[in-house]
Amino acid sequence: MAASVLHLRLLPSPPAGVKLQQRQLRSRIQRQGGLSRRFLKVVSYYGLTTPPYKLDALEPYMSKRTVELHWGKHHQDYVDGLNKQLATSPLYGYTLEDLIKEAYNNGNPLPEYNNAAQVWNHHFFWESMQPDGGGLPEGGVLQQIEKDFGSFTNFREEFIRSSLQLLGSGWVWLVLKRNERKLSVVHTRNAISPLAFGDIPIISLDLWEHAYYLDYKDDRLTYVTNFMDHLISWHTVTLRMMRAESFVNLGEPNIPVA
Amino acid sequence: MALRTLASKKALSFALGGAARPLAASARGVTTVTLPDLSYDFGALEPAISGEIMRLHHQKHHATYVANYNKALEQLDAAVAKRDASAVVQLQGAIKFNGGGHVNHSIFWKNLKPISEGGGESPHGKLGWAIDEDFGSFEALVKKMNAEGAALQGSGWVWLALDKEAKKLSVETTANQDPLVTKGASLVPLLGIDVWEHAYYLQYKNVRPDYLNNIWKVINWKYAGEVYENVLA
Repeated sequence: MAASVLHLRLLPSPPAGVKLQQRQLRSRIQRQGGLSRRFLKVVSYYGLTTPPYKLDALEPYMSKRTVELHWGKHHQDYVDGLNKQLATSPLYGYTLEDLIKEAYNNGNPLPEYNNAAQVWNHHFFWESMQPDGGGLPEGGVLQQIEKDFGSFTNFREEFIRSSLQLLGSGWVWLVLKRNERKLSVVHTRNAISPLAFGDIPIISLDLWEHAYYLDYKDDRLTYVTNFMDHLISWHTVTLRMMRAESFVNLGEPNIPVA
Repeated sequence: MALRTLASKKALSFALGGAARPLAASARGVTTVTLPDLSYDFGALEPAISGEIMRLHHQKHHATYVANYNKALEQLDAAVAKRDASAVVQLQGAIKFNGGGHVNHSIFWKNLKPISEGGGESPHGKLGWAIDEDFGSFEALVKKMNAEGAALQGSGWVWLALDKEAKKLSVETTANQDPLVTKGASLVPLLGIDVWEHAYYLQYKNVRPDYLNNIWKVINWKYAGEVYENVLA
């Protein structure tokens, strides 16, 4: 012991320093029982976001009881389920959107897909609504809808029709299709998200029965109509369209004439 | 019963009065299905399944499947008569969904029985032995069906199926309203449990496992046993 201390004081040159470091490193590894244990604790973890309004703010079109259950139980369960799966999964370091695309696996979904997609879908759904929503969009959004559907009424009817054509559980979306460069109404089954197809979602409506059964029983038509007329947050839609336009060019190309 | 005669009277007058219409289908008369009655009151399955759910499930959901299936059949008849193949193909989705819904729910009502009339009594006889042979024990079967029912994503059914060719029992799940035959042409449904959210949400909310645990109290094993013996006779 005394010899090594003397060694330090008399010869502070790099070789001695390196040796000292190695001595320390070795004992740290020994103390922790091996290098591998340090890396086991690194896992992905996603949190539950809160709707941007109070839970009773959407009354009377969506009751407080529904939102409490839908967000507090269903959405929470998806988050917990996803985190539990990710604790033992090799998928690490993804944003939620990238995780969905990765887990979709081109149509052969991995087990994490369902939970990941539902976490995202529900978060998107809460933000698609607002108290005193509905009505008409303004400005550029209205123009784009009129361009792609003919009129706002056509869009509204198509959205409602798509909701009624969806058989079973699923979602109805207004998406901006990347390739066609236009808005379109689509419906997807269970947890499928348009993100998996590369399209950009603008509005979503949850058509799983748990979203409306307590308030509307089997009357899906009234639920969808109320969503369209009283709940859609056109402010959020405008923000989403603005963001989407940085990925998709919606204008006509300016081809210069020689 | 009265409802059934009323419906057939309507069909007759429609056919006679519709002779002037260009569609041949109405004169021919399409065979329609009717909503079967329950052999027990809506509230008779309490507390396993609430009366409110039974009433809605039967009078709204099943009735809608019946109405839409009949409508789809009429449209199919018209499309076949017009030799419109693409219309025939396009109707298949509605027929599978609504027809499947009618088939599945008709079986479901017979699968349930009030506790006072024998609901929940474990299976005896040939079916009981077959369950022990194919699953190990009755409890193992219940556990398996509960697990598969809880794990089913979205809407669907969980079935105790009899493969009439292989003479074996199995547990299957189908999505949405797909009938059991979509999983295998030789499969006969002995028991079906509806795990669509409308079947339990008002009472059990999001806790599907509680619904599955409780429904066994009103399962009509006698009916399942009869089907089993009839198929294998």
